[in-house]
Parts: sequence; structure tokens; C-alpha cells
Amino acid sequence: MNAQELLRLADDELILGWRNSEWTGIAPFLEEDVAFSSIAQTEIGHARAWYELAAKELGSDADSLAFDREPEDYLCSPLVELRLADDWARTIARHWLYESADAIRIGALKASDDPDVAGLAEKIDREEAYHRMHAAMWEERLRGDARFREAVDELWPFALGVLSEAQRSLLCEAVDRDEVEAIEQGERNDLRPLWEEMTMVRRSVPGASW
Amino acid sequence: MIYEVFRQEREGQPFQHGGSLEAPNLVFAEAYAREFYGRRDESFALWIVPRDAVREVREPYVADVFDRDYRRVDGYSLKVKLKEARERAGTSEAR
Repeated sequence: MNAQELLRLADDELILGWRNSEWTGIAPFLEEDVAFSSIAQTEIGHARAWYELAAKELGSDADSLAFDREPEDYLCSPLVELRLADDWARTIARHWLYESADAIRIGALKASDDPDVAGLAEKIDREEAYHRMHAAMWEERLRGDARFREAVDELWPFALGVLSEAQRSLLCEAVDRDEVEAIEQGERNDLRPLWEEMTMVRRSVPGASW
Repeated sequence: MIYEVFRQEREGQPFQHGGSLEAPNLVFAEAYAREFYGRRDESFALWIVPRDAVREVREPYVADVFDRDYRRVDGYSLKVKLKEARERAGTSEAR
């Protein structure tokens, strides 16, 4: 697996983790606040692990890869960039679609020839099982809600863009939807302000670590 | 809905009350309980019980209005009885 593919995975997890963490303190109720914040934190943990693998190939380190690149160098899918932190229905629609797509991606990585990749995917998948359980229970609860259904319709082409072309039919099966044209390239409108915030410390104090 | 969560720290140990949480149904309650009481491997098993399913009772349990202190372990003062027995046996000190 080449460094670009690893970065793509890591960027997806980092940006989604960051996006989900925007609900910390304002989630619909206390229990959900704790659970969703925790999910955000584990996504960022997974990002770190993928960055570390990529860093070995690139002769860099995880923090530099996460925070010292320009916004246009991030390889994350447009789905995770969207700022949805004032809309729980869309947030859950993304969460559910992303976890459904990620399950397929992780499943394939577990079978990787590269033992580092396969081992890490295996480890990450054990934590993702909780994310999937959480996403599934919310999907079941909001399924009948018009706002949620509209959000899923809106985000569906983005969700397909998380996966490679070959994997997309599996996602269609998993969530029982027809394949449409995937959105793989974002306009990066939402990513820049996030990047400004995310990289603020590293830009003020180059090489800062914590 | 409020759920009470009981946790078993190690296999075979008694379940002890861990705390309570609010959730719309048992599926959500399970997800939150896993997060709050299981994430750090601090529990071997959890019981998640709707608070409504718990019957709380308070005093008086079984009215006990006559003096039947012989039914209780603290009804016997061993100290006095031991002293009397020693006196009868002619030994005032324990051997």
C-alpha cells in the first residue's frame, strides 16, 4: 500500500474525527455527547495510526503529516469535509453512511498483503464495531424522519466517493440504494476554515507537539 | 427513560451498582453503558435495567414489634455470657 493511499485513509479519519468533535458540549443530550465525542476521539486515534504508517514510508512523522500540509494537499473525501455541526440529522446521515463505507474499506484492508496494514486494520476494526453499532441504532431511530431521509439522499453521492470504484457496489448492497455518480472531488469550501483552526498551534509554533 | 447499570468487575463477582443513564430505549442504553462502563475494560459484564423494573422497598420490611432479640445475632452478648461461664468454671482469665 503506498503512502498516498495511507494518507487518504488517515485524512478521512482525521477530518471526520475533527468534524464529529464539533458536537462536543452541544450534542442533543448528555449521554450522546459523551458517546459521540468518544467516537470522534477514536477516529483521530485511527488517523494517527495510519499517519504513522505513512510517515515510515515518507520519512516524516504523524504530527507533520496531520498538521503541516497545505489544505489543498489533503486527500480526504468530500463527505468528511462538510461542516454539519448544527444539523444532527445530516450529521447522523453522514456518520451512518461513512461507517457503512468504512466497514467495506476496512474489511478489504484486513486482507492486505502488507502485514502492517492488515494488522492495523484488524485492530481498528475492533473499535469500529462500536461506531457501527452506534450508527446503526441512530439510523434505525431516525429512519422514519423526513429530515434524515433527505440528508441521506443528499449525502449518498458523497458516501460513494469514500470508496474506490470497485468497492461501491458493496456499499449499495449494504445500505440498499442504487449507485449514482460519486462525488470524489470537493470544492474544499468547508475544509479551509477547519484547516485554519486545526493547524493554528503548529503554524504559530512550528514543530509544536503535545 | 432512566436505566440503572450494574457492573461486574471480574467474572464470578457480584454485580454492583455503577450508576444510571438516560436513553430513549434499551438499544441506546446498551451503547451508552458500553461507553461509560466498559470502554476501559473495567467491567467483565453489565446489567442494564430500566429503573421502572426495579422495585424499591423501605422500612418497615417485616414488622418486628415484640422483643425477640434472640432471633438476631446481636441479641446475644457473648462478653457477659463468657464472663459468667468463666466464673462458673473458676477461671477468671482466658487461657
